[in-house]
Amino acid sequence: MNMRSGYYWHCFRGILIREYLRFIQQRTRFFSALVRPLLWLVVFAAGFRAALGIAIIEPYETYITYEVYIAPGLCCMILLFNGMQSSLSMVYDREMGSMRVLLMSPLPRWFLLTCKLLSIALVSLLQVYAFLLIALFVDVEPPLWGYLTALPAFLLVAVMLGAIGLFISSWIKQLENFAGVMNFVIFPMFFLSSALYPLWKMQEASEWLYWICSTNPFTYAVELVRHALYMKFDLLAFSITLGTTLLFSLLSINGFNPQRAAKVK
Amino acid sequence: MSIKVEQLSFNYGKKKALNDLNFTLESGQFSALLGPNGAGKSTLFALLTRLYSLQSGSIHLQGLDLQKTPTQVMQQVGVVFQQSTLDLDLSVQQNLAYHASLHGFGSREANVRIATELERMSMADRAHEKVRALNGGHRRRVEIARALLHQPRLLLLDEPTSGLDPQTRKILNQHVRQLCEDQQLTVLWATHLIDEIHSQDRLLLLHQGHLLSSGTGEDLCTLSGKEQLTHAFEHLTQQSVAAA
Repeated sequence: MNMRSGYYWHCFRGILIREYLRFIQQRTRFFSALVRPLLWLVVFAAGFRAALGIAIIEPYETYITYEVYIAPGLCCMILLFNGMQSSLSMVYDREMGSMRVLLMSPLPRWFLLTCKLLSIALVSLLQVYAFLLIALFVDVEPPLWGYLTALPAFLLVAVMLGAIGLFISSWIKQLENFAGVMNFVIFPMFFLSSALYPLWKMQEASEWLYWICSTNPFTYAVELVRHALYMKFDLLAFSITLGTTLLFSLLSINGFNPQRAAKVK
Repeated sequence: MSIKVEQLSFNYGKKKALNDLNFTLESGQFSALLGPNGAGKSTLFALLTRLYSLQSGSIHLQGLDLQKTPTQVMQQVGVVFQQSTLDLDLSVQQNLAYHASLHGFGSREANVRIATELERMSMADRAHEKVRALNGGHRRRVEIARALLHQPRLLLLDEPTSGLDPQTRKILNQHVRQLCEDQQLTVLWATHLIDEIHSQDRLLLLHQGHLLSSGTGEDLCTLSGKEQLTHAFEHLTQQSVAAA
């Protein structure tokens, strides 16, 4: 067929610009997305600091405050909320609105959805870095290069969470509103992970809770980010996060078939 | 660009939305798809635009099978949906630029095309306004400009005048007819409003998923034995309900 040069690139660029423009337009959403993790960091962590001592654990080389411990998990929390929220709106929009415009592109559907997931992920990174900037005020100070080495980790985690969100909202009809997703997906995923407590703490409390946490892909996403932020590489966390991203990307793109939408209409 | 639809059926679960449709539309022709609400017009559009996959039957556009060569076909198709699909918080220019990029245009080429199409729609001076600030008629014009941006040969419009006042509806209808004539565009205009149809138009009358007639408006009058198109439409759709 007669494809213009740079066809795919222009398409990706256009989708990314649109996500960015929408992000600029929705400043209130940006600030409210920051308030949530900041409350955890400033209020929750202050209360827990005294109750919870953190021993020296990888990747940290010294004793750390609780704020330092939960910062990577809170970064992932931003990505988790964004990923779920955006994916849910993609499914809602499937038969109307902006997704219709997207799906009218002659390019393959898998490419369009991948571009969309990637663009949402890239725009989410702005929020993560804004959060990390504010976190400096409560002495969360990873090494300067850590901000850079964490970038690919953030991106991978953001795509993984977007793909999981897309998969869930495409296949599980009962979770078609955000409250449902929040109660049955976001909160369990976040609390049953190493975001707030190290896994060994969980193991002390309950063996089965520990088992659930160690099978939760979000745990590995948090650990990947935690290590990357301190310029270390966790191979296990990377492999599991990458594998989960690929698996859910495939499943979600397949699940997005409008034929399914027609069947349940 | 010609359209050939053969043995097209579509179900939502057990409910039959389209039942064995067969028709051909010639290239460069203005055709109307007429039917009351729930007749299956939007389902037919969803199939023509690849939003839904075919369950049975086939669709060929200019001899190309939509299912086998979707990329080639979709490059030639422009669509205006029933519900507005513009991003209200973005400007007219930004909305059109987004569409241009989805069709693989770089920003320089996109800007030239956007300027041309907005000029054609007499909307050039509104390019940098937010869509939210436009009235219904102007939004529709922007959507038509957007649908024409990649210079398609087939323009599909699904009830493009819904929610507009009679005067704006008339202007928009005339505008699209002019485009059809000037650019040799094949146009399929879905509507449930008889006054948007001329008696010499090619007319597909859809009712409860069945194609009741596919001749001109005049043929429809002859078929029903009525003088006016409105009466012919009412007669045929009521007859169909009685038969069901």
